[in-house]
Amino acid sequence: MNRNGLPFLLPMLALSLAGFVLPLALLGVFSFVDTSGSPTLANYQRLFADPFVLSVLVDTIALGFKVVALTTLIALPITLLYWHASPALRRVIVFLTLLPMLTSNVVRTFAWIVILGRQGPISQALVELGLAPAPRSLLFNETALVVVLAQIELPLLVLPVMAVIARSDGALSAAAQTLGAGPWRILVTVLLPMMAPGFLAGWVLVFAGATTSYVTQSVIGGARLIYLPQFVYREVGVLFQWPSAAAVAFVLLAATSLIMLAMTAAARHPRLAGHA
Amino acid sequence: MLEAHRPSDWAYRLFVYGVGGLAILFMVAPVAVGLAMSFTSGQTLKFPPDGFSLRWYQALLDPAQSAPIHTAISHSLQIAVLAVIGTVLLAAPAAYGVTRLKPAASAAVEPLMLAPLVLPSLVYGLAALIASGRAGLSPSFGLVVVGHIVVFGPLMYRACAAITQRLDPSLEEASALLGVSQFKTFLRVTLPLMLPGIFAGMFLVFMQSLDNVSVTLFLADPRTTVLPLRMFQMIEESLDVRVAAISGLLIGTVFLCLLVSWRVLEPRRQH
Repeated sequence: MNRNGLPFLLPMLALSLAGFVLPLALLGVFSFVDTSGSPTLANYQRLFADPFVLSVLVDTIALGFKVVALTTLIALPITLLYWHASPALRRVIVFLTLLPMLTSNVVRTFAWIVILGRQGPISQALVELGLAPAPRSLLFNETALVVVLAQIELPLLVLPVMAVIARSDGALSAAAQTLGAGPWRILVTVLLPMMAPGFLAGWVLVFAGATTSYVTQSVIGGARLIYLPQFVYREVGVLFQWPSAAAVAFVLLAATSLIMLAMTAAARHPRLAGHA
Repeated sequence: MLEAHRPSDWAYRLFVYGVGGLAILFMVAPVAVGLAMSFTSGQTLKFPPDGFSLRWYQALLDPAQSAPIHTAISHSLQIAVLAVIGTVLLAAPAAYGVTRLKPAASAAVEPLMLAPLVLPSLVYGLAALIASGRAGLSPSFGLVVVGHIVVFGPLMYRACAAITQRLDPSLEEASALLGVSQFKTFLRVTLPLMLPGIFAGMFLVFMQSLDNVSVTLFLADPRTTVLPLRMFQMIEESLDVRVAAISGLLIGTVFLCLLVSWRVLEPRRQH
């Protein structure tokens, strides 16, 4: 019996090398040459010497962390509800998670314009309650952007955690209960370590999604808040500064990878993972 | 359950069922708002709407008013369909092929196949633009399709690999003993078994392609307008209520697809 997988793999492998690996390598090379094609570090030097670029970079990474933190706070009760739910209720929760996840990001961003707009329900409620003198838009600030991105990225964190829960069995938590542990203690010593791999997988996706969501950042954040996607697009589409855009993109890639590696390392740390 | 009367237990229940319920509401409500907004009879995005009407759907369907939107929808559908076909042709066989390699080889290939999933697609869009420019290609409809196949291929690959990695090799061995070639065995034995994974992958690739902005933004020429970017423009320029009608259509499509797959696939999964 001699089965060879290579012929089946070859077309996708070829596309992956020519369409993915090669362009990324070129991007890397491009970020180290000047406009005449000779090697230089000037693109990076210029980036790190420019306070505006640095602030955009820091703001973008901070935005990613804020969204990760908020989604974690909101995802925890949802996943706990899933943990305690009956099989039928679990199916409903999965359905309610998939529905927003599969709905277009632009559609969800648009819905938030309605919700946070001047004539939206929140603005009206604030006036009714006497908390605001006149209807006003709640859009175009970082808090609104963090909330909206948290809603948009939430399913990407909830689903992996629910997948981990669905595979686990309840014996450990039942044992802890028999030994007299209260629900909060079970949450901290049994459930959280069990869910940690799911959270880790989700954090990576949420961080990548929140830092690169061009449409949501532009529409909800408004013109005055600039993050890396808008910056890269302006460098390329408006100013034709390809080498500097390549350098910025590479810094974004490096920053994202480093943060993901750090998150992975943290989750493997014995104090976080050791309880399981 | 023994100590359900302890105050900490009440707090815990409130947290799980109360806060958990509110959190689910937060996750789902915007979808409901988007759907409800599309039926407004008003001229603005006032919510809750003053009255019910289908006027924005009519405006959206009217070719005289909405021709550019129709073009964008048509482009997006074409790109999504071609991306689905491309990923089926490339990623489904690859998901089979990788299970027929030596373990060391498949361990080396697997991360490469999945890599586009974790890379910020914005970085890829820029890289693809630079590479295609070097190759003498200018942005075009075809480049967008290829870009989508590269970026969403892993979704199809992962959906199919979930099945191929659990396939019983004795089925193929039986076919080989009967003298059937490996390629015919793949078509007649393996591929039919992979169909649930392929369908799941098709759905994911289609929806993601329809929604993609960051790859299309870099690879499309000005004539290749696509739906999400068109909607983005309409939102930025005028807060056009027709965006609500497009949203309503997209939400309805997702809802129906989910409902169908929920009804059709779920009972089988429970054996």
